[in-house]
Amino acid sequence: MATMETKAAGGIGDAVLRKEDRKFVTGEGRYVDDLRLPGMLHAVFVRSPFGHAKINGIDTSKAEALPGVHRVLTHATLPAETGVLSASNPPGSDVRQPEQPLLARDEVRYVGEPVAIVIADDRYIAKDGADLVLVDYDPLPVVCDAEAALADGAPLVHSEYPDNAAATISHETDGFAEAMQGAARTVELRVVNQRVTPMPMETRGCIGDWQQATGEVTLYTSTQVAHFVRTFVSIVCGTSEAKVRVVTPDVGGGFGAKLNTYREEFAVCSASRAVGVPIKWIEDRSENAVATIHGRDQVQYYTAGVDESGKVVALKFDAIQNNGAYHQLLTPSISHLTVFMVPGCYDIQNISIRMRQAFTNTTPTDAYRGAGRPEATHGIERLMDAIADDLGMDAAEVRRVNFIKPEQFPYSSSTGLVYDSGEYDATLDEALRLSDYAGFEARRAASEANGKYRGIGLSTYVEVCGLAPSAVTAAIGIGAPGWEHSTVRLHPTGKATVITGTSPHGQGHATSWSQIVQTELGIPFDDVEVIHGDTAFQPYGLGTYGSRSLAVGGVALYRSLGKVREKAREIAANLLECSVEDLEWTGTSWQVKGSPDRAKTIQELAGAAWAASSMPEGVEPVLEATTFHDPPNFTFPFGTHVCEVEIDPATGRIEIVNYTAVDDCGNVINPLIVDGQVHGGIIQGLGQALYEETVYGEDGQMLTPTLVEYLVPSAADVPEMTLARTTTPSPSNPMGVKGIGEAGTIAASSAIVNAAVDALSGLGVRHLEMPMQPARVWGAIQEAKA
Amino acid sequence: MIPSTLEYTKASSIDEAIAAVQAGARPLAGGQSLMPMMRLRLAAPGAVVDLGGIAELVGVCEDGDEIAVGAMTTHRAVAADPLIGEHCRVVAQAASGVGSLVIRGRGTIGGSLAHADPHGDLPAAILAVGGAVIARGPGGERRIEIGDLITSYLTTSLADDEIITQVRLPKGNGRSAYAKFHRRAIDWSIVGVGVAIGADGVRAAATGVADRPVRLAGFEAAINGGASAEEAARAAGEGIDPTADLDGSTEYKRHLAGVLAAQAHQAAQG
Repeated sequence: MATMETKAAGGIGDAVLRKEDRKFVTGEGRYVDDLRLPGMLHAVFVRSPFGHAKINGIDTSKAEALPGVHRVLTHATLPAETGVLSASNPPGSDVRQPEQPLLARDEVRYVGEPVAIVIADDRYIAKDGADLVLVDYDPLPVVCDAEAALADGAPLVHSEYPDNAAATISHETDGFAEAMQGAARTVELRVVNQRVTPMPMETRGCIGDWQQATGEVTLYTSTQVAHFVRTFVSIVCGTSEAKVRVVTPDVGGGFGAKLNTYREEFAVCSASRAVGVPIKWIEDRSENAVATIHGRDQVQYYTAGVDESGKVVALKFDAIQNNGAYHQLLTPSISHLTVFMVPGCYDIQNISIRMRQAFTNTTPTDAYRGAGRPEATHGIERLMDAIADDLGMDAAEVRRVNFIKPEQFPYSSSTGLVYDSGEYDATLDEALRLSDYAGFEARRAASEANGKYRGIGLSTYVEVCGLAPSAVTAAIGIGAPGWEHSTVRLHPTGKATVITGTSPHGQGHATSWSQIVQTELGIPFDDVEVIHGDTAFQPYGLGTYGSRSLAVGGVALYRSLGKVREKAREIAANLLECSVEDLEWTGTSWQVKGSPDRAKTIQELAGAAWAASSMPEGVEPVLEATTFHDPPNFTFPFGTHVCEVEIDPATGRIEIVNYTAVDDCGNVINPLIVDGQVHGGIIQGLGQALYEETVYGEDGQMLTPTLVEYLVPSAADVPEMTLARTTTPSPSNPMGVKGIGEAGTIAASSAIVNAAVDALSGLGVRHLEMPMQPARVWGAIQEAKA
Repeated sequence: MIPSTLEYTKASSIDEAIAAVQAGARPLAGGQSLMPMMRLRLAAPGAVVDLGGIAELVGVCEDGDEIAVGAMTTHRAVAADPLIGEHCRVVAQAASGVGSLVIRGRGTIGGSLAHADPHGDLPAAILAVGGAVIARGPGGERRIEIGDLITSYLTTSLADDEIITQVRLPKGNGRSAYAKFHRRAIDWSIVGVGVAIGADGVRAAATGVADRPVRLAGFEAAINGGASAEEAARAAGEGIDPTADLDGSTEYKRHLAGVLAAQAHQAAQG
């Protein structure tokens, strides 16, 4: 009989419940809007109702006369050193950085652009005041579609840029043209990755508190990147970075929308400076739809040169990215991430890429869960199906023919990345098995007998995450490094505090980091506190985005734990009167090799290090260590998702009847948290595939400004999902971890669309754009039948 | 999402409510339509009078050939009411599918009719059975047939100082059903169709295909003329011209009206 290995729950690999959840589910979370400072006033922004207009003048007198209104600030009266700054300048792209003042000066360029800020006793009065601010606008011509914006004669978003071009990234490998010319056949596909809105549960919001006497400013803000915000507040508002404190209390989701620095964050600081009291602004849901960044909005043209085996011998990718009216923190770099991942998990060495970025009269786009990589994956995965269709091959087989093989790792991609590790056939095999791919035709026949179309779709993805080696971020024109900080502090009683530079806003770092401490240092899960989100006491941290927290911040923690453990060893050797070489680590204590009775627990050593009465020569008191970890490479999680759908021809409704995801994110700290990330990621991909689209009308008005028009899926719209994993540890870090925050979103949309196209392929349908709302699907069926 | 400043009063009798309405207050029923509009500042009444404290506006009873439903009866109560279920199943079904459980627990039948949303389910269901409302103003009560009540988008023939006190549902519509189509589990209907098989034939009424609930004359004529449900479905789009929007084209909505009419007709026979 096999013996069961027992280990305390709470270490690496254990599916422990999240320690932070109690406060959230009992309503004890503390968000920005829960904070109330003495004397605090409330701000509401006056926003442009036009997609593009000249401002002739602003009359604030009526608003200022409303009882309870303290001040109305406009561009002319709000102090600021600069406008919003972008940290993104992709090399060779001739990127243009239009000025983005905190409040519009003489022109507005998208619906929702802030024009004035009303400061009042409460939010209600401020809103009434905002309605009384009279702005004299002359509407100007608008262009919202990126392809239209780049066409000759388009209305100009910025009159100084006569072609609306924001940036162009080009890349071609030597020998591409010959390879394309020599291809047996070519397959072409146009794919639209529509604009979507991030929609975190907690909208944005902030409180600025400027101390007049000292010039110190504290900004409480709902962000993923507190230190970025601090640096930028000091520059934009014109004060010393050392005088700026940024606090992030609990943050209710971000999805990339809070990986940014926004006008409102600077404006409340400057307004607090002008008015002399703390000022709070809380974004409402409708405001969130126009004032917070959007995601995606990319049109792609693929031409694949293919040989008769289905192998892609050359790939041309020509795309247009809609950047919106201005550049936010990373706008021009998002489609650069698409560029990196154009070849996906396939060995495509001959490649030609052009990514044209356009200004339009829309809210700026920036990072949204996956940030450029979902666009690449969706496109290449649609293309693989188109190739399979063209050659009459099975969709799985065409992928196998093109996969990068396990022996090719580390693999240098044609776009300049080095993939760390992967075994793509393994996740494909497992996903096909779990989804009973082999038995699909029988299920299709059963559905057809029932009057329904049934289809199955694959998405075999790889993504680049763990952002990022600092030399690489510099080389690709991102004005910020990619390292991460950790501090581990042991208290005299043997408890531990972890200070992390990551910025959890739903990811469960308090839990995962505690598990790492338990395994690496032997301090129980419950004895660990994880703190974050206040630049006053934390060393610089880069925050949470790009599925980086574990692969960079977790590894920074792992390294600090190693430092503490080694220091404890020296102290133990001194106490046990032996040499450090005589000691072995038991998981919870240092003991003399082979002598369990001669040991010191980590808690005893923490106390001894604090008491400091018997320290080895040259060793400082206290067990505490800090690490700034700069990763040597990105990490590259991968996997296969299989979706099976049924389509009702009477209405065009798509029902997901099976969904299987086999993901490989390297070693796993907490399987529950990984499953949660995959579930949520898939749902966001499903939202884009079936429901969500941010739509602008010809006149520049947003047609989806509320959750009645912008359809976010609810729990009732989500199918059962079968999840499984393979484990291919990353060789890029000592923990072998990769990252899972975005993988589900990156994978899901193409699996769902591929399934729907497959369902209708018998009718001759070759492609469907997202969202695949019933009317669009029904229309495609009618068109195919006609 | 912040309403403008307003006066709020809660009436304890119909007369008190009418007095407030005469003074310019907007009647507030369950608040499931008016409140969102106020939060979006699409509506900005200076005053509202809450009808939630008027006991006589709540409840369902038989009254001759009709069922009298108090205007402030919630969707949840309508959906569960045995009288309505027996005599006007289409109305109970429509009520059971409005919004979410929380919305059905607050939203009311009278509020739904007075709000006159062109995608509302209850107006179409009540039109299918030929219902009416009782409106009361300072000059007394009058009866308004449902087809005469809703005149356009969010517009009714109620006078400014009238409120709906009762909804009248004719008995004899037990063989009736409601079918609707929407994108997510909880959403406004893109199109919804109520069908009632009465003594004088089949009546079908749709929401989402015009600026008000309308009878599907093409479907009715075909089915009453002996056509199959499938044939009648093809005729359902005759005479309606739904507006194309993000939910679909005119052609798609006409098609949906037919699909749903046939579904409801099938269900009504059970």
